[in-house]
This record gives sequence, structure tokens and C-alpha cells, in this order.
Amino acid sequence: MLEIRDLHVTVDGKEILKGLNLSIPAGEVHAVMGPNGSGKSTLSYTLAGREGYDITSGSILYKGEELAALTPDARAAKGFFLALQYPVEIPGVSTMVFLKTALNAQRRARGEDEVDAVKVLRLVREKAKALNITEDMLRRPLNVGFSGGEKKRLEILQMALFEPSLAVLDETDSGLDIDALRLVAEGVNAMRSPARAMLVITHYQRLLDYIVPTRVHVLRAGQIVTSGGPELAKELEKKGYETITGAAA
Amino acid sequence: MANTETTERVSDLSGEKYKYGFVTDIEMDRAPKGLSEDTVRFISAKKTEPEWMLEWRLEAYQRWLEMREPKWARVHYPPIDYQNSSYYAAPKSQGERPKNLEDIDPKLLETYKKLGIPLSEQMMLAGVAVDAVFDSVSVATTFKQKLTEAGVIFCPISEAIREHPELVRKYLGSVVPTTDNFFATLNSAVFSDGSFVYVPKGVRCPMELSTYFRINASETGQFERTLIIADEDSYVSYLEGCTAPKRDENQLHAAVVELIALDGAEIKYSTVQNWYPGDEEGKGGIFNFVTKRGDCRGKNSKISWTQVETGSAITWKYPSCILRGDNSVGEFYSIAIANNYQQADTGTKMIHLGRNTRSRIVSKGISAGHAENTYRGLVSVHPRAEGARNHTQCDSLLIGGECGAHTVPYIESRCPSASVEHEATTSKISDEQLFYCLSRGIPQDEAVSLIVNGFCREVLQQLPMEFAVEAQKLVGISLEGSVG
Ligand SMILES: Nc1ncnc2c1ncn2[C@@H]1O[C@H](COP(=O)(O)OP(=O)(O)OP(=O)(O)O)[C@@H](O)[C@H]1O
Ligand SMILES: [Mg+2]
Repeated sequence: MLEIRDLHVTVDGKEILKGLNLSIPAGEVHAVMGPNGSGKSTLSYTLAGREGYDITSGSILYKGEELAALTPDARAAKGFFLALQYPVEIPGVSTMVFLKTALNAQRRARGEDEVDAVKVLRLVREKAKALNITEDMLRRPLNVGFSGGEKKRLEILQMALFEPSLAVLDETDSGLDIDALRLVAEGVNAMRSPARAMLVITHYQRLLDYIVPTRVHVLRAGQIVTSGGPELAKELEKKGYETITGAAA
Repeated sequence: MANTETTERVSDLSGEKYKYGFVTDIEMDRAPKGLSEDTVRFISAKKTEPEWMLEWRLEAYQRWLEMREPKWARVHYPPIDYQNSSYYAAPKSQGERPKNLEDIDPKLLETYKKLGIPLSEQMMLAGVAVDAVFDSVSVATTFKQKLTEAGVIFCPISEAIREHPELVRKYLGSVVPTTDNFFATLNSAVFSDGSFVYVPKGVRCPMELSTYFRINASETGQFERTLIIADEDSYVSYLEGCTAPKRDENQLHAAVVELIALDGAEIKYSTVQNWYPGDEEGKGGIFNFVTKRGDCRGKNSKISWTQVETGSAITWKYPSCILRGDNSVGEFYSIAIANNYQQADTGTKMIHLGRNTRSRIVSKGISAGHAENTYRGLVSVHPRAEGARNHTQCDSLLIGGECGAHTVPYIESRCPSASVEHEATTSKISDEQLFYCLSRGIPQDEAVSLIVNGFCREVLQQLPMEFAVEAQKLVGISLEGSVG
């Protein structure tokens, strides 16, 4: 599904990713952990195609296609989804209108029929319920005045609505209370499928108790320095990055 | 969900940014170029006006000769040659205005159909009566019968001058005197057509009234004159729309609109202004120099202005309220978009004369490209206006780094018990917001449209439902290509 080879990325003239390799086959969930500032969000923005994240060398293949040439909206239409570490507020635009606009924009780009307002409403309500997102939130302007946890849940709602082939979740667990964490994890698990791949960026082993990853990678200073099974996360939690990655380096 | 929340996609509309830029090929009856007493007489004769009207015009003309163009607005344009334009142009086929809609020149019907304003009986917009003004004449007014049954007069002003002289003489120029300002005085001398509305005591007008102004002929100016009178305890909602062909020349549109609300009456006046804005280099476009003023003459009356200004090369316009009656209310809701080389200098005046008068101003200015957008507003509270209150909210949104937003609020309060509040913000569409939309699959232009519509929401919600969706689309279209 995703094949990253020797990826170098520069932001504002500074190299942040320095030869990153990562491969996620369909049907698998991979976790990326790593200290603050190691380049995790940079990786997720690069995958989404954000302006200012310049690929200086290496390649990103998604379903066998080079991503670099595609705009972010084209990537979304092709089934890529990024749940942001810091979701953005858009005043005056109701959450429901935003969801409908986005869903139909993606469908249009794929040459599919648009879904009418009533259908979108039904679809969103059904998914919102499972995530404990209220009608009131759907009516309010997008993310405006939402609590940290509410914003994160809304990201997961979007993932559920768009049904991407590849989803990257950037610290979706940060700021969630215990109940919300479980809801989000259940939402993610419900979407696991042989046709879908996911990349979960997190600082906390706890999330990985709920979402058991196929592989765990440690990102440090712009490179994947260690990889292993779910037990690697537990080991990291116990010993810290210094010991583990120090030993591996 | 409320209708105003649906954001339609920009690409629904044809790829052309200004889709109203076509010209109707129709034989015209025109005044010779130039402006003189003869021109004024020519127009008055064309309209078979009574003597008093001609006198009124001539007096204004004499006055105008001594006046100077105002220079205080933050707009720049080459000198206007008032002699190099024609002051009257009407389709020949309209010679004697047809009595029935069936008799209208099919070319005109086709034109309005293309503009989205079907005039034929079968296709008329339900619940909206339309007066269609083409250059210097009104070519049709729909639903007249239904309105007459309710006692509402809705007709071209030229017809009102002939058929309801007592009302016209009483109210014309009573809000905007012929001496008011350069452009209003010019209008008083040469105005051609526009709408007249009278809503009798206690009547709630049974439908939306609207006038669609179309400039078609080249080398002409359009001088619309609209007069709306809401008698005691009546209500009317009126909307005007405007478009013009794409041309390299600048054309002048100098309108005067007067509103009068008597005791307990309410007038809601909405504008969706989409005159041709000029091209990307700033060539061509309409000069929209307009005087609009409402008089809350009676106690407990209310006048509410809502405007969506997306077109015109230059907009110079300050729809105002004179809050004369005690407890009267004035409102001004505005969206002004200036893209490319457009210049907008617009705002309002709220003149508090009566006790406990209230006013509310919500202005949303959007600047993109190389445009300059100025909010200019006056809130004036007279000593007698005890307990007067005003709240002003002025928000500016900038798109790109080469445009300008300016806020010029004047506050004059001579009444200690009055409260006047002014809030202003300036923001930009952030990269984060744009990226967020893009990452969800929303293409750039649609993302801009969505964000700007959100920014304007408070104002868009004020529009009658029939027009809100159209206005939302317009907001998106007028900003196409402004980012990236
Ligand atoms: N515009 C920029 N200019 C220069 N450096 C930048 C810029 N944006 C990010 N960086 C740097 O890139 C590095 C990686 O940032 P990134 O946000 O990817 O880290 P992260 O692994 O997601 O950290 P966290 O765990 O705190 O979320 C940081 O050192 C950051 O300061
Ligand atoms: Mg991060």
C-alpha cells in the first residue's frame, strides 16, 4: 500500500527527514513512535502533500503511484487520509456542511455521483453516534470552541466517513480522556480491513493496547532507527528512547 | 438544516468567471451623446412626464452644474467625461411599454432567462415579483395583479410619476434631496427608470419584491431611481440584482434609492450587486456611485439594509438610516468583496435623532489580488436621542499580500446617555485552514469559497432565502483564482 524509500524532506531550508524507509502492506497497522521533534508530523504532512514540505530525494509510492506530483486534495480523493495532530478551526462553516462538502468533493474527483444532503446527514449521524459526537457539535462551526478531545473525535469521524485506503493518525490519542480513547480505538479497529493500511503516530503505549499494531517503528532524527513487533512499544515505555535507540544505533 | 447553510460548489457554474458578460443584440432608441438641458428635456419627454417633474429635473440639473465630484473616498479613477456618454437608451421594441408579458420582445425575455430571471408566466419565480429594468426602461413587472389585490403598488417609477403623482410628489427627494451630493443631483436630473413601491397601512406585502437592473447598451450610463414607502404598520422585503456586459470601457451607474418607513413599518432592502468588475488587469467595469438612504420617519419603524457587493470596478456606496422616529431601528449588513483591481469604499451612516433608537452594523470586507477595500461609516447621535444604542462590527479578511483593507469609522455622540460600540478585526485565510480543507479533498477555489462564506455567514443569513444560495455562489466565483 505504502512504500517510502530513502525519503529526504526539507522544511524552510532545514532537512528534517533524512533517509526514511518505511513500508506498510495492505491490511496492516503500523505504529510510529519517537521523541518530540523527531519528524513524525513532518512525515505525516509530507504524505498529505502540504506545501512547504519539500522532498529533496527519495520516493513515496502509494498503491504503486508516486505521490509527490499530486496535490493534497487529489491524494484525499485517491483514498489517503490524515488525522491532524492539531485540527483547524473554520469559523462560520458548520461541521455538517464541511463534511458534506469534503465528501462530495472527493466523490466528484473520482467521477462518482454526489450524495445529497439528506443522505449525508443520515450517514454522518450514524457514525457520529459511535464516537459520541452530538448533533450540537455537527451544527456548530468546524472545530470552533471544540475541546481537544472533541476535535480528535471529529477527525476519526471524518476517517469513518471517507473510508480511506491509507490513514495516518498523528497523535490522535493525545488529549483524550480514558473513555474517549476507547471510543477512538474502537473506531479505528472497526476500520481495520485487508484492503486498508494505517499508520498510527503516538507517544503512548496505552493506545497500542487497544489498537494492536502489526509493526512498531521508532523515528529519531529523521530516520527509522528500530522496528519490531508490538512488544517493542512496551519495551520503549519501560526503558525510554535513549537506551533502545542508543543500543540499536 | 437552514437553506443558507448549503454551500453550492463553484464548478456548478460555467467556467467563465463572469457569466453575465454577454450583450443582447437589440435595436435601441438612444439619446444623442452629451449632457445639457436638452438631454433632461429629452428624457422627460420620452417618459411623457408631467410639467412638475420636468421642473424638478431641470432645477437639479442647474444645481449639478455648480457641483464638484467628491474626492474624499479612497478610490482612484481617471476623470469622467460626462459629455461622452448617452443618458437614455431603450430597446426600440419597447416604444409603448407592452401591457402584457406576452407582448415583450422575445430577445428581452431570452436575456432575462439567461440571467436566471424568467419573466414568462409559467416560469416566474414563485413568491417573488420582479420589475425588470433594461438600460433606461422597465420592460416588465410580474405579479402585478396579485399585488394590486393586496393594495400594494409595485411599478416602474416612470409609471408611478404618471399614475400616482400625489405619492411621488410627496416623497420623492424627501430623503435624498436633489441637492444632496454630486452623483445624487446628477441622478435627479437624468434618472431614467427604477422601481416604485407603496405598501398601504397595515399591509404585509404578500411576496418578495425585486428589481433586476441590466445595463446592456455601450457608452451609456444607468441612472436608476427607486422609491419605497411603507405606510404605518406595513412590511415589505425588497431585493435588487444587477449585472452588465463585459466591456473595456467604464460605465457609470449612479443610482438613488429612497426608503420611507412610517410608524411601526418595516422595510428590508437587500442588494446583490454583481456589475461587471473589470478584467484581471483592471480594465473596464462599472463605476457604481450610489446614494441609498432610508428614513425611519415614524416611531417604532425599522429599516434594514443587506448588501452583497461583489461586482463593479469601483463601489462608492453608503446605505444609511435616519432614525427619526422614537424607538426606530436601523440595520446595515454588508459583504464587500474586492478582487484583482477592484476598489470598494462602502459603509453606512446611522443618524440617531429619536429617543431609544437602535442601530446595528455588521460589515464583512474581503480583499484579494490588488484590490483596495474600505469600510467608511458614521454613527451620529444627536442630543435629543436619549438612550440611543449602536453596535458596530467590522471584519476584514485579506487574501494574498497585495491587497488592502481599511476601516474608517466616524463616531459623533452628543448625547451622554447613548452607547456606541465599535469592534474591528482583520484576519487572513491561514495556510492551516487551506491545507486542512485540501487534505479533506476540497480543491483550492472551493476551499476559499467555503472559508469566505463562513466569514460572511452572519450577513448571508440576512438575505431572503430565495437569494441566499445564489449569493453564496457569487462569493465563491468572485474570488476564484485568488489564492495560489
Ligand atoms: N518551518 C520549520 N522550520 C524549521 N524547522 C521546522 C519547521 N517546522 C518544523 N520544524 C522542525 O522539524 C522538527 C520535526 O518536527 P515535527 O513536528 O515533525 O516533530 P514531531 O516528531 O511530530 O514532534 P512531536 O512529538 O512534538 O509532535 C522539529 O525540530 C521542528 O522544530
Ligand atoms: Mg508531531
